[in-house]
Amino acid sequence: MGRYVARRLLQMIPVVIGTTLIIYTLVWSLPGDPFAGRCGARPCPPAYVAAMTDKYNLDDFWLVAYFKYLGNLLTGDFGETFQGLSVGEELLRAYPTTAKLALVAIAFEILIGIGAGILAGLRRGSYIDNLVLVSTLVVVSIPVFVIGSVLQLFLGMRWGIFPATVGGDASLYNLILPGFVLASLSLAYVARLTRTSLAENRRADYVRTAVAKGLPQRRVIGVHTMRNSLIPVVTFIGADFGALLGGAIVTEGIFNVPGVGNLIFRSITARDGVMVTGAVTVLVLVFLLVNLLVDLIYGWLDPRISHG
Amino acid sequence: MRGSARRGAVVAASVGLALVLAACGGDDDGGDNGSGGEGGGAGEGPTGSVSINSTQPENPLIPTTTNEVGGGNIVDAMWTGLVSYDSETGEPGLAMAESIEPNEDFTQFTITIKDGWTFHDGSPVTAQSFVDAWNFGAAGANAQLNQYFFGPDGANIAGYDAVAGQTDDTGAFVPGSATAETMSGLEVVDETTFTVTLGSPNSLFETIIGYSAFYPMPESFFTDQAAFIEHPIGNGPFEFVEEVPNTSINLRAWEDYPGDPKPQVENIEYRIYADLDAAYADVVANQLDILDKIPPAGLAGDVWKTDLEGRSASEPLTTRFTSLTFPLTNTEAWADPNLRKAISRAIDREAVIAAAYGPGNYVPATSWVPPGNDGYVEGTCGEWCEFDAAAAQELYAQSPGVQGTLLISSNADGGHREWVDAACTSIRDTLGIDCQGDFNPDFGSFRARVNANEITNPFRTGWVADYPSIQNFLAPLYTTNGSANDGGYSNPQFDELIQQAAGLEGQEALDLYNQAEELLAEDMAIIPLWYDNGQRGWSENVNEPQFTWKGYVDPLSISVKN
Repeated sequence: MGRYVARRLLQMIPVVIGTTLIIYTLVWSLPGDPFAGRCGARPCPPAYVAAMTDKYNLDDFWLVAYFKYLGNLLTGDFGETFQGLSVGEELLRAYPTTAKLALVAIAFEILIGIGAGILAGLRRGSYIDNLVLVSTLVVVSIPVFVIGSVLQLFLGMRWGIFPATVGGDASLYNLILPGFVLASLSLAYVARLTRTSLAENRRADYVRTAVAKGLPQRRVIGVHTMRNSLIPVVTFIGADFGALLGGAIVTEGIFNVPGVGNLIFRSITARDGVMVTGAVTVLVLVFLLVNLLVDLIYGWLDPRISHG
Repeated sequence: MRGSARRGAVVAASVGLALVLAACGGDDDGGDNGSGGEGGGAGEGPTGSVSINSTQPENPLIPTTTNEVGGGNIVDAMWTGLVSYDSETGEPGLAMAESIEPNEDFTQFTITIKDGWTFHDGSPVTAQSFVDAWNFGAAGANAQLNQYFFGPDGANIAGYDAVAGQTDDTGAFVPGSATAETMSGLEVVDETTFTVTLGSPNSLFETIIGYSAFYPMPESFFTDQAAFIEHPIGNGPFEFVEEVPNTSINLRAWEDYPGDPKPQVENIEYRIYADLDAAYADVVANQLDILDKIPPAGLAGDVWKTDLEGRSASEPLTTRFTSLTFPLTNTEAWADPNLRKAISRAIDREAVIAAAYGPGNYVPATSWVPPGNDGYVEGTCGEWCEFDAAAAQELYAQSPGVQGTLLISSNADGGHREWVDAACTSIRDTLGIDCQGDFNPDFGSFRARVNANEITNPFRTGWVADYPSIQNFLAPLYTTNGSANDGGYSNPQFDELIQQAAGLEGQEALDLYNQAEELLAEDMAIIPLWYDNGQRGWSENVNEPQFTWKGYVDPLSISVKN
């Protein structure tokens, strides 16, 4: 187990270097110099352009500039935005909000997704099964910005049940609406995954045995069937959590959630290369770590998969 | 759409406060109609809290390096300059200045500031505070974005070149090329007086120094810049409380503000939105108090008028001007004025506006200066800006014509793709030639091509005035060496007129500017398209706020409903 984790951690090093290299190079090689649009209809003062070029090593060969950046990164220095704010601090500020939003979304996936999946899986072919199948199909086929805008329009603007946007006050209540929108797509997948997995396991030998030896229905389903059926679902939710921690540009934009997605979106439009690179680097790290965690949980849930 | 997000000066004070300057830039006492706003009575102190939509400032909150809306609105609320512009008319009036006395030929100005003013930290505002701030802004070593306001494109203070440093042949800055640290044209006489000597006559000096680049700076700024950036200190009606990046910037009415009018609202939250649609949703739901721009989604089908019934307004903006510019230096293709006139007359502006922005949301241009600016004369463009298919075809027949497809370049975002496509349709239908948009994805990459003089076909040019004056719509854009002369237009007569006008004032100067406009009409190297209207909304919690001549909310006009 320890060796497995160590190996996985070591594998992360080339992945992180590779991704940051690609992102760094791409961000700074966008066509046009990054200061062209910063002074409206005039070119920026040459002194300003010179100072910024120097600050961000834009005159260096791209590989040299990258290694300078990487060197700072290793000492924990993510650099500064054009506004002079520390990228590290901005990320620290945005991350808890995104994590909170991700947790709310995961809660919806678990409650509604698994709930609907169990109901549908236990009564295959029934009215409720068809209802779940059709409604998840609808959700999967509608883009998230449509769901977001429509819910915002009615629940937020017209009826005032939820706040239209979140803003600085990222309380649990304020995050319900964006959390639900964010969860909607995965929720549909979770429901379908649970349903299939449960339906399959109900025909498994060990379930028949459990029923045959006279265990009550509740125990057969609640303990024996569920534990095995949820393995793929847990994996899916775990991986989804990793993705959600990467921020949701669309949802965070619609509901003005000051999280990582919003930060990245703003930095891209402002061409704030340091911010974009820093944020994405952290995203890569988080994603890798969450995935490692999911794999470990997987082994614990299903002893057949062992990380020796 | 950072193009129009770029800003000049927004008001820091004065709804008809100060002595309205009569033309001779002197100190004639004007009317004082002190409008206190509809809400909270004067003398009771400011009450309540409001929120205003904003974007994350892109630069540190230092006046000499803030040149976009997000930071600009906050800087303007936190500082009071020597001169401020009336919210409604854009008329400059004395604010922190007691008097500004020009010499005969407008090359030297003696500025006396009001006594007893302090910064938010209690340190006094002196003549030195202004002189130091200006020297800081002009110095090449400090790399400030608003540097050019002190040079020939702005006030043109004597000794600017020595402080600003030099550029090499490629236009790149040569580090360490500045030979002086202070501009020779600035001289402190005593605590409250200083003189400014200019490199060339400029009757508009007083108007120009209302721009935020000319705000004073406290001593603490020069000793510890990092601390200042964390917690900026101004001398204006509102003081800095805190910034939560990406979320909000909070200001509070400053108790000891000596200026007039006083703030009526106690706390202002500038709430950061990455997406204007989210801000719109909030103002409809009464969770945001003031929205200074309605997004396209709200304008479509005039939804905003019902969504925000009784709490929205639309007004012409005096500061924005959109045009189509022909490149004249990198190609011969557009050298014939008849061709340029034919294209101008082939664009049905009314129809293009209706198709791209909704009817009536913009105003077709008939000159190079938007109405509301001193010196605006309707129709200086004459028939050349009027759509006439037959006349356009006739002109086109007399010209060498367009080789191949007519391309019109622009950035695709910010609603520009829509009007370029509509204009092309109009040109195609009228002249029977092929016309196509040539788009860059965003403003930055588009401007990079314009700055590099790479575009060889007509392209979009948008201008947001720095200060309210006809001069600002003509000199930087169309003089041969103008800092924003993108098409390379050059007419010695035009340059001559602009230069003469700078040494005159009042109607004499305006007449010359109008004559210069007539030259633009003869040449039609820049086709006027339209002036902007500004649409805004507010919540049920506040009284109708006033908007500055630039189209942003005037923080001194905000009051909450009792």
